[in-house]
Amino acid sequence: MNKVYLDRMAATPVHPDVLAAMHPLFSEAFGNPQSLHRAGQEAAAAVEEAREKVAALICARSEEIVFTSCGSESNSFAVKGLALANQSRGKHIVISAVEHLSVLNSARSLEKSGFRVTEVGVDGRGRLDPADVERALAADTVLVSVMTANNEVGTIEPVAEIGRICRSRNVLFHTDAVAAAGNIPLDVNALGVDALSMAADQFYGPKGSAALFLKKGTRIHPLIGGGIQEAGRRGGTENVPGIVGMGKAAEIAAAEMAARAEKARFLRDYLVRSLPARIDHVVLTGHPDARLPHHASFCVEFVEGEAMLLSLDFHGISASSGSACTSRALKVSHVLLAMGLDHALAQGSLVFGLIDGTRREDIDHLLAVFPPVVDKLRKMSPLYTEYLKEKGR
Amino acid sequence: MIYTDKVMDHFQNPRNVGVIEDADGVGKVGNPVCGDMMTFYIKVRDGRLADIKFQTFGCGAAIAVSSIVSEMAMGKSLEEAMKITNKIVAQELGGLPKNKLHCSNLGADALHAAIENYRGMQAAARKAEEKREKHLEAEEECACPYCEGPLEGVENSFGKCRVDLVECPKCGQITKKGEACLHCGAEAAG
Repeated sequence: MNKVYLDRMAATPVHPDVLAAMHPLFSEAFGNPQSLHRAGQEAAAAVEEAREKVAALICARSEEIVFTSCGSESNSFAVKGLALANQSRGKHIVISAVEHLSVLNSARSLEKSGFRVTEVGVDGRGRLDPADVERALAADTVLVSVMTANNEVGTIEPVAEIGRICRSRNVLFHTDAVAAAGNIPLDVNALGVDALSMAADQFYGPKGSAALFLKKGTRIHPLIGGGIQEAGRRGGTENVPGIVGMGKAAEIAAAEMAARAEKARFLRDYLVRSLPARIDHVVLTGHPDARLPHHASFCVEFVEGEAMLLSLDFHGISASSGSACTSRALKVSHVLLAMGLDHALAQGSLVFGLIDGTRREDIDHLLAVFPPVVDKLRKMSPLYTEYLKEKGR
Repeated sequence: MIYTDKVMDHFQNPRNVGVIEDADGVGKVGNPVCGDMMTFYIKVRDGRLADIKFQTFGCGAAIAVSSIVSEMAMGKSLEEAMKITNKIVAQELGGLPKNKLHCSNLGADALHAAIENYRGMQAAARKAEEKREKHLEAEEECACPYCEGPLEGVENSFGKCRVDLVECPKCGQITKKGEACLHCGAEAAG
């Protein structure tokens, strides 16, 4: 069967050079970086080299990189750690309504410790108005957290503008750049952020390896205490192979980002043009221009996301959805609802993410098998029958 | 795969999909917020489910559940079909993931709603029939209460005996104009 992987927001394949770079750290240079002996120092040197590469990807300094285990950890660490360490400045947090759940739920959990959380809404394309963020700021606002790019709808947020506002108001600013880092150029200085989350598995690095950029001099409360690792900011023995893999992936991403993006954008635009031309009642979700180059997301009316995913999987195509049935919590995507989509339409959500190996034939395969899938499911759908009846009237 | 082969089979090849235009009963459950909507259509012959069709908006489990419920209920008596529970449906499918068990509730509920709808319509039809029969009986009794001959004249206002008749405004029976009602003793009318 023709296997077509288009669930890039869930995972990317590890680049062969990344895998090769990681390999020696498992069995040869397996030492603990905290050990004073040669074996340990070998591992420590590998970690520091990786730190430099990760820092270079976002124009940061290597001492500003804290390695973590995943994007969610970086986000929780940033939101809880910054809020708790700086609460003398105030107990008010501003986030967007489309944040990843690791930001959203971390902020909400702080409400139990007396923090107030303001959620700033987005427009129909998932984009935040920086003026709304400014209006949401209070005298006691300690932290603003707005994502760089949304994983569900691909929309790129005006982070630099929000960064300027936060700097002028002396408020800490964190951005969840997990979906963006390694895929679009990011410069922490131009963005004006105090903290930035990133994860290796979004740019052909291994799972279980992520980082938080923390601007020099920024106070943070550790999530995992007890250790001297990561300059006391995160305890626990370093995931040396994962960190080295992330470093290598960052190095490759920095070199190939423009070429990868151009190739992805070309095929993505082809998909975005072609799918609504072949299927009626399909809408693009998210911003048409300000979006990740590899990201295409849609809502297909009158059908439910999981049923489409299962059918596509049957044809060898991997994708994802923000429908309630596909989430373990059985709740429809808060991102789509925040954008003002009604529940029925949001249930028909589909997310495609192109990887580096995606070919034109893969998109053509999707374009060939998808219309009959939708047709079959619509024939089964009471909503479609209702629609046809209304239309016939 | 999160689903059993049987679920996938029913999802890929759902049985009895469609609409019955002249259905004897229709059952609708679910809403777009929870993500699943089902409509069941039934035809009933001699107290048995002679035909079942369904339409479902929802996930793989919801579609598979609808399909197997329609298959399980086909040909069964209404009483037997009412005994199909979500537990039996899930078992029949070789199990469902925990967070999809509510889909099996929906399938049985939609079928039961269609049966209830049928029964409700039957009861309403019986009532209407009784009313009509009562009315017919009443019409058969439309004879002159004095001579017992059939009513004649404009709007059945008199019988052979030519006594002027009116409908009592109180009990609706035929009685003599200008006198107390023969049947209920109400004050003279007209």
